Amino acid sequence: MPRRIIALIGLLRKETYHILRDRRTLAVITLMPVVQVIIFGYAIRTDVEHVRIAIVDPTPDPSTMALRGRFAATDTFHIVAVLRRAEDVEPLLQRGDAQEALVFERDFATRLGRGLPARVQIVVDATEPNTGSAIQAYALQVIQQYEREAGAARPAVQIVPQVRMRFNPTRESSNLFVPGLMAFVLTIISSLMTAITLTREKETGTLETLLVSPLRPWHIVVGKVAPYLLIGFVSVIGVIIEARLVFSVPLRGSLLLLLAEGLLFILVSLSLGILISARTSSQRVAMFGALVGTMLPTMLLSGFIFPLESLPWPLQAASLIVPARWFVSVARSIMLKGIGITYLWRETLVLMMMAIALLGLSTASFKARLD
Amino acid sequence: MRRIRFLAWAEVLHVVRDRATLAQVLIVPVAQLLILSNAATFAIRDIPTYVVDADHSPTSRALIDRFGASGNFQIAGYSASLDRANDALLRGSITMVLAIPHDFERALVRDHTAPVQLSVNAEKGSAAGVVQSYAVQILQAYSVELGTTLRPTVTNVRSASAEAPPAHGGSRIEVAVRSRYNDTLNYKHYMVPGILVALVTLIATLVSAQNIAREKELGTLEQLNVTPLTRGQFIAAKLLPFWVLGMVDLGIGLLVGRFVFGVPARGSLMLLFGSASIYLVVALAIGLWISAMVETQQQAMFVTFFIMIIYLLMSGLFTPIDSMAPWVQSVSQLNPVRHFVTIARALLIKGAGLAEIVQPLGMLAGFAVVTLALAIRQYSKRAT
Repeated sequence: MPRRIIALIGLLRKETYHILRDRRTLAVITLMPVVQVIIFGYAIRTDVEHVRIAIVDPTPDPSTMALRGRFAATDTFHIVAVLRRAEDVEPLLQRGDAQEALVFERDFATRLGRGLPARVQIVVDATEPNTGSAIQAYALQVIQQYEREAGAARPAVQIVPQVRMRFNPTRESSNLFVPGLMAFVLTIISSLMTAITLTREKETGTLETLLVSPLRPWHIVVGKVAPYLLIGFVSVIGVIIEARLVFSVPLRGSLLLLLAEGLLFILVSLSLGILISARTSSQRVAMFGALVGTMLPTMLLSGFIFPLESLPWPLQAASLIVPARWFVSVARSIMLKGIGITYLWRETLVLMMMAIALLGLSTASFKARLD
Repeated sequence: MRRIRFLAWAEVLHVVRDRATLAQVLIVPVAQLLILSNAATFAIRDIPTYVVDADHSPTSRALIDRFGASGNFQIAGYSASLDRANDALLRGSITMVLAIPHDFERALVRDHTAPVQLSVNAEKGSAAGVVQSYAVQILQAYSVELGTTLRPTVTNVRSASAEAPPAHGGSRIEVAVRSRYNDTLNYKHYMVPGILVALVTLIATLVSAQNIAREKELGTLEQLNVTPLTRGQFIAAKLLPFWVLGMVDLGIGLLVGRFVFGVPARGSLMLLFGSASIYLVVALAIGLWISAMVETQQQAMFVTFFIMIIYLLMSGLFTPIDSMAPWVQSVSQLNPVRHFVTIARALLIKGAGLAEIVQPLGMLAGFAVVTLALAIRQYSKRAT
């Protein structure tokens, strides 16, 4: 065997010992993604349920009671207060005790009985616009349903929408966020791992030793990346199992493809971490770069929480160089849409190019340090 | 008092002298506010829609025009092939398919009822609900309109609001809809106050943690410990400049929010700054506590970031508290960021007064006392 290969194996063994010796760090970096997915999987949701609604009914009568009953009977609404005066709604909305109010006009049933239009007002707290729109639409549905069943004449012309909710029929937001969360925690863990290993070498001065050893720069990069790739892969498997078992996220596509893409994504993240640590002189800058440079863009520009389509174009353009953006899309497509490589070749190709470019740049920057 | 003043002044000089820190605390927040407010949005507009029109009638074309003209939908593709539409849906280039069946017009004229098919990409669950409700509104408005043209004899009572359902026949309930506090449904008005809180928190906690950790690294903390300065004086002097900085950042951020994003300030600004003064004590105390636990600036930064991720993601800043799992909602009561985000939004957007925010404000005051006590204890343990 050539001496260089033996040296590389030696380096890999050394790295493995380093990792295995520090049990606490090992436990932290393998368990952290799993724990984070649990916590954030339960926290990052946008489902609108249990809407707190206040009812203003100045003159309670059978009609208003019937409509109120409709709201009480749904799972969506939870009546928090029944008031007499419309003015009393304001503090409830401001405090957030109520998200929505249903305001009946005076003599609602009497007017209805006389064939006069009876008015009801839906007041929503639209501070968060989407929740506002959603709870408004829910309330409208309840009233329409009531009207229809109360024997109203059919409208003159009706276009009946047949709605199909594709890929996520129950519209559960964990199906959206958990695959995205995978990308987020894997990015952080990867940049964390490389930051730990490289800054340690720098701290103790052993990086210089490595650099003057017969090892080639690419040996060092491989030696640093390979063992952590394995740990990252274990995290990927853990997170997928968790997504299936805890959050019941469907896996409609190929598991093999998902694992392969996961591995590819970890490789990209690790290479990015190596590059940042190799290029920066001080630890402080390295840490800051690794955390700010990967965490914020991953959180905001990957489509993990906020849909990319809503971004203004300069930020959309910026999102193209965020690796997580491509993996979020791949993970969601495989898990929810069940599509294969024929649709995902573009994302895969981009991730591959990123891995090659980042590894190449890291190797080059080690070379530069050598000179 | 004089000692505190001297030390605080020394701290100010440090900050002003170190251009990097100064930029970090003054320019970075503004830049972040500008970028983040544009990035953190769930705004739903220009929904890319694929139309499959098998009818090719004036009625179906008029319906498609309604979708195109609504401002919410953007017709991204048009063909007679459902397969191509499904392919686009899988690829993710479109969000909704509107399929108008053959005989659409004829059925409407003959039976006064006709189906259309909406396939929505529901990956983004709640957004899909909004997309659906927009589409149904257009369909309803259009059928009301058709009712008058197709059967002029039928009287259609138009409801007060365009979004309300068509009222009809026997019992007529008129529904009027009011969106309070954010009637233009502007997402930035919702996000800016939250992001402002995040930035103030980041500055207060990260910078103070780092600053004290640096004194530790340099060994100057030991020097301060052997001076006649008491711990209380030392901590007060250390935190005071950052407290002021936090308030200045909040002021700058509010100006940016007001003039760049047009965020309203409906409530009392005095009250906002008053709440901020309490909140900053909490944020600074957490920073102090972190710096007392760690040895190096690097560790300080690390711990701060991890606490910050959890704090921010669980504060209701990005996704509503109401949507979180019940146990997370309970846990998030312990998150000071959550309470200040609530206060900032209530004051700025809803125009709330003291009575409406007294509960979260009380929580913050409690946190201020507890965290400060903990931080001082942790600090004293290390120093002796």
